[in-house]
Amino acid sequence: MGKIKYHMLVCGGTGCHASASDEVLKNFQKLVLEQGLDSEVQVIKTGCFGFCEKGPIVKMLPDNTFYTQVKPEDCQEILNEHIVKGRKVKRLLYVNPETKEPITDSKHMEFYRKQIRIALRNCGFINPENIDEYIARDGYQALGKVLTEMTPEAVIGIMKQSGLRGRGGGGFPTGLKWEITRAVKADQKYVVCNADEGDPGAFMDRSVLEGDPHSVLEAMAINGYCTGADKGLIYIRAEYPLAVERLKIAMKQAREYGLLGKDIMGTGFNFDIEIRYGAGAFVCGEETALIHSMEGLRGEPTVKPPFPSESGYLGCPSNVNNVETYANVPAIINKGAEWFSSIGTERSKGTKVFALAGKINNVGLIEVPMGITLREVIFEIGGGIKNDKKFKAVQTGGPSGGMLTEKDLDTPIDYDNLIAAGSMMGSGGMIVMDEDDCMVSMAKFYLEFTVEESCGKCSPCRIGNKRLSEILEKITAGNGTIEDLDKLRNLSQVIKDTSLCGLGQTSPNPVLSSLNNFKDEYLEHVTNKKCRAGNCKSLMQYIINAENCIGCTLCARNCPVNAISGDRKQPHLIDQEKCIKCGACMEKCKFNAIFIN
Amino acid sequence: MEKIKTLADLKKKQDELRAKIDLREKGNTPEQHIQVKVAMATCGIASGAKEVMETFIEEFNKRNIDAVVTQTGCMGYCYAEPTVEITKPGQEPITFGYVDVKKASKLIDKYILNNELVDGIIPVNYQSIDKI
Repeated sequence: MGKIKYHMLVCGGTGCHASASDEVLKNFQKLVLEQGLDSEVQVIKTGCFGFCEKGPIVKMLPDNTFYTQVKPEDCQEILNEHIVKGRKVKRLLYVNPETKEPITDSKHMEFYRKQIRIALRNCGFINPENIDEYIARDGYQALGKVLTEMTPEAVIGIMKQSGLRGRGGGGFPTGLKWEITRAVKADQKYVVCNADEGDPGAFMDRSVLEGDPHSVLEAMAINGYCTGADKGLIYIRAEYPLAVERLKIAMKQAREYGLLGKDIMGTGFNFDIEIRYGAGAFVCGEETALIHSMEGLRGEPTVKPPFPSESGYLGCPSNVNNVETYANVPAIINKGAEWFSSIGTERSKGTKVFALAGKINNVGLIEVPMGITLREVIFEIGGGIKNDKKFKAVQTGGPSGGMLTEKDLDTPIDYDNLIAAGSMMGSGGMIVMDEDDCMVSMAKFYLEFTVEESCGKCSPCRIGNKRLSEILEKITAGNGTIEDLDKLRNLSQVIKDTSLCGLGQTSPNPVLSSLNNFKDEYLEHVTNKKCRAGNCKSLMQYIINAENCIGCTLCARNCPVNAISGDRKQPHLIDQEKCIKCGACMEKCKFNAIFIN
Repeated sequence: MEKIKTLADLKKKQDELRAKIDLREKGNTPEQHIQVKVAMATCGIASGAKEVMETFIEEFNKRNIDAVVTQTGCMGYCYAEPTVEITKPGQEPITFGYVDVKKASKLIDKYILNNELVDGIIPVNYQSIDKI
């Protein structure tokens, strides 16, 4: 005995963590020891597998068995059946939603088939708290190669040639940014990692940091070598405790190996990293606001130029890149610019990580090549719309993006196509909406978010967005007029043109794109006072059908605001002025006499 | 902890550590390696399949052969246990019956290394779902 036959990978991402994956892991470790299986089985905690919908995930290797929704009490059965008897535990296998057949092997899952994993290459594969596993998978090789065999110019050349563009939303060419930062002369420069991920429903950066923190550290050191900086700063929100913890462990281990610190690999190159915490303000994802927040000032943006590459943290040139952008760097150095640029479309190279959320079957994290269509993402990888409802729209780019509809489903996803379609790549959140979602309410939701998150420094954003949100409120309350639609459009344009930073310049996008794509829905709200999705409560009316009502008085007795009147054995009537639309009457009526208009 | 002082150090370290995750790497790309599936149901285990699996794992390790050994459920040939299915990259799987420890070594010498067939082949009367 003594040869490991199985690796059991237990997901330790935040999603699975929340559904007790930690106990699953501990239970496995305990049972394996108790039963003397520790010479045959290795239990490993990994980062996110992306299949958060069905967590906690346990993957068995080498046979790729994919167990979903594993509970701590299932551990014994998995060990007994899978490891000892060699039989898969059928009831825990992922079931193909179409054929209803259990899938024994993750290679056959539609979810993984179209994905290419570069930034997430180690997520769900290595133990993020163990630097050895990262090193075994080519970790820090890129840094070693760069430091010993390449000039900074050559590295920047590779980055430029690879075509990598900023994954935080802007899509600025990464190599070019590095070159600009390098060109500025200064005694002190900084490498900054923007981990202030704030879009509602987005968790790409968190997953990278939780699943593969070393890839970001390595890339920051590479950037330091290229730009001439010896200090790195990671700006991360304090709401990501697990990511922070793993980063700290990673930094400690890297220092112990001498991969961060002084004289790295005997090349004389010094580089170390510090963590800076954010308080979770959305605007601090904007690079100038982020830098001010790190300096201890209010998280408010300032006018660019000067760009951070010229004058950033403490007035020093600072190279700010996002987490996912950094995570791509070591792979590009190791495998070459040509390999990377062979993936993707003409102007958008490589892959993009998306967080699927909303009314979609496979909520989770995916990494797909640029140029894939929305249809493939939503219907093949995402498994389609929940409860077989009809697809209505998908919001990309978070509160700064726009809604894409049926007509955009076959557009290849890349930076330029999404902008042409009236949205943007953004950081990678994808919120899917179905026929039950009201587009006016969605626009209102995003506006409320930006109103909340606006720093208040410039008036267009502070006041303009507030007004937009008020107009939307008025429309959803059933008091809108046709003129309001024009006002929305004009005001949106002004805010876009005159706001100080990216937050304000993009905040009206959800309004504009929903107006463009769902004009008829807005019109229905203002002219017919109707919400087809049944979302806007003020536009709903509970009405009693006099033919079915037998006058049992049950509804009147249950109405909490006494809005229903009528004599016994006579049809009743709802006073619309008093009605609070709670639906209690409809629930109680035994004769289906109450309906929603 | 010992510091990594040069790129050569790092490469050496990687070579040492690679074995730790080797099983995972191969599991990720099983089609590129020789796959050996040992039937490990009650009948298989009773006839010594566990030892056979050990032998495969140890021999592959010793001789540095690039292969993945997995256990599977009952293949249905209980009369010929232990049974082993071997798939070489790009070739059809072949199932061998009556594989004891001695025959396991023979299979490695003859079939896996030299492509010579060994007696005890069970004619394929099933189709694996992978090909549908």
